[in-house]
Amino acid sequence: MATTPADSSEESAPARLRQVSLIQRLLARPAAGAAIIVIFVWLVFAAISITSNSFVFLGLKGTLSYLDVAAQVGIIGTSVALLMIAGEFDLSVGSLVGFAGIVIGILVVEFNVPIWLAIIISMAATTGLGVINGLIVVRTGLPSFIVTLATLFIIRGMTQAITAEITNITYIPMGRERVAADPIAWMFNWSGGPTGDFKVSIIWWVVMAVIGAYILGRTRFGNWIAGVGGSASAARNVGVPVARVKITLFAFTAFSASLLATIQSMTFFSADVLRGRGIELDAITTAVIGGTILAGGYGSVVGAAIGALALGMARIGIVFASINADWYFASIGTLLLVSVVLNNWIRRRFAGIR
Amino acid sequence: MTGTMAAPGAQVRTRTPLLEARDVSKYFGAVVALEGVSLSVSAGEVVCLLGDNGAGKSTLIKILSGVFEPDSGVLAVNGETVRFGSPRDALDAGVATVYQDLAVMPLMSVSRNFFLGNEPTIGWGPFKRFDSLTAAVKSKEEMHRIGIEIRDTDQAVGTLSGGERQTLAIARAEHFGARVLILDEPTSALGVKESAIVLRHVIAARNRGLGVIFITHSVQHALPIGDTFTILSRGRHGGTFRRAELDADQLHRLMGGGEEFAELERELATLVETPFGVDDDAAPETAGTPSGS
Repeated sequence: MATTPADSSEESAPARLRQVSLIQRLLARPAAGAAIIVIFVWLVFAAISITSNSFVFLGLKGTLSYLDVAAQVGIIGTSVALLMIAGEFDLSVGSLVGFAGIVIGILVVEFNVPIWLAIIISMAATTGLGVINGLIVVRTGLPSFIVTLATLFIIRGMTQAITAEITNITYIPMGRERVAADPIAWMFNWSGGPTGDFKVSIIWWVVMAVIGAYILGRTRFGNWIAGVGGSASAARNVGVPVARVKITLFAFTAFSASLLATIQSMTFFSADVLRGRGIELDAITTAVIGGTILAGGYGSVVGAAIGALALGMARIGIVFASINADWYFASIGTLLLVSVVLNNWIRRRFAGIR
Repeated sequence: MTGTMAAPGAQVRTRTPLLEARDVSKYFGAVVALEGVSLSVSAGEVVCLLGDNGAGKSTLIKILSGVFEPDSGVLAVNGETVRFGSPRDALDAGVATVYQDLAVMPLMSVSRNFFLGNEPTIGWGPFKRFDSLTAAVKSKEEMHRIGIEIRDTDQAVGTLSGGERQTLAIARAEHFGARVLILDEPTSALGVKESAIVLRHVIAARNRGLGVIFITHSVQHALPIGDTFTILSRGRHGGTFRRAELDADQLHRLMGGGEEFAELERELATLVETPFGVDDDAAPETAGTPSGS
């Protein structure tokens, strides 16, 4: 857009700008591409449902089941998007889900700790590991991609090793009755609604997304997040506490992992070392579909939530459409590629950012 | 280097300088980055800091802006000795530095850029939030004041031109209480018209009573706006001169590498004399374009 230098030697030359329509302004928002993608995905599966005469995907039950899948990814996706906007990655978030669940399982089964207390301890310990991730990244100045790849292996490996050491198995059942008797477990495993398919995970997802969007868009801290991702040194020059911002976001990401782990372990009445495998890549995918750019400094929590919705729809839609589930990964890959191209184009065309 | 001109101490200062570096040195291991350099800037004055690459300009700026502490020598603000332990200390003392590439975030909006690190807030406790309305109104005012008209302050800074971005960063520093502006090569990546925008704004800031330290290696940009010129050469003080004392040629020579530059000019001149496609007989085809082909 503004590639030509100044127009004339006149002082205060009129700005080379034109009025833009509401649609163009909506398209200038980072989540615009994700919105187009999710509508497209829905239309595709709606069309498949109608042509194959099975309307599960379009019904309440189908909708609630893809919302549950979207919620599980979206809980992580919110915090990962914030972290990516600040210019960092957390590949260890999946291993943290496994770790957090196992901490609950071991405390409850091996040490007879009440479930509610185990949940609190697990959340605190997991968030602590997030702080350690952040400290390593900030102190060493290494790329977080490498640091958290290392901590992914370390945390997953240690979780498996210690679990095997203590319990001889990698799966810890806690017992349905025990979970049902706990005063706070319902907050994580409640389900209801007319069909009983409305999962409480959906509420957590919405809560996390609303908090994340509020922080990013409406607080000083949110401005710092984008600033740190845009240029850490420029942010430091104007007095932004860069290290604190990054460490806080690593901690928040780890906390979201412990939240998902709690929801899963309360829902399945068990812990499993392998839970959360691959969710780090799902979360990055949702953030990128949602308009967050890999280099940091630009992105959207709302976009990430919409991205998670697209992922959930695709995963469940493929099952309902009786397509071999192996096609899920191929379709997600395609979706990711298409949305990046779309987002780039929109950003250049409507936001005027090159 | 200094021998050719009047002694640097010749100028008499009546006002207390806003910011002063006295005899500062900085060593990185065996490398002498800066040795015995002094520099001062008063209110309403533009001090141009000139020097070739590697002359120690960056080191001196980093000392003045609190990134490094000098190994010897002192800094003074309003005549009082200070220690800058961090860029924040320098900012609090009213010394703001605008770096060439590191000034603004192209992907963030104008208003968010303007208030980054100094965000206005509204509400209290957990509901204390970024006051985007105030930010939008104030940043629009400021942009108007510095002569940049924008449709709305939500537009990304990436849509502004290079000169406008530098100007935004300068206006921001001033808005948040800077008394001394340190501008690190603000024009070196800009075209002629873009540079003009920035230079005009530098003068305006000076006329409002700010002290400006303008770092450049362009004599063309320094000469029209500088009140005094401090030259660094290989980490050492190459002299400080008032505007009346020198012209462009002298300034070029003083910047160090003056001799080398003259030599390069001669060498290039002989190369230019040799036209394309002509080897030994050197047919003089300099001016006339061959008619026909």
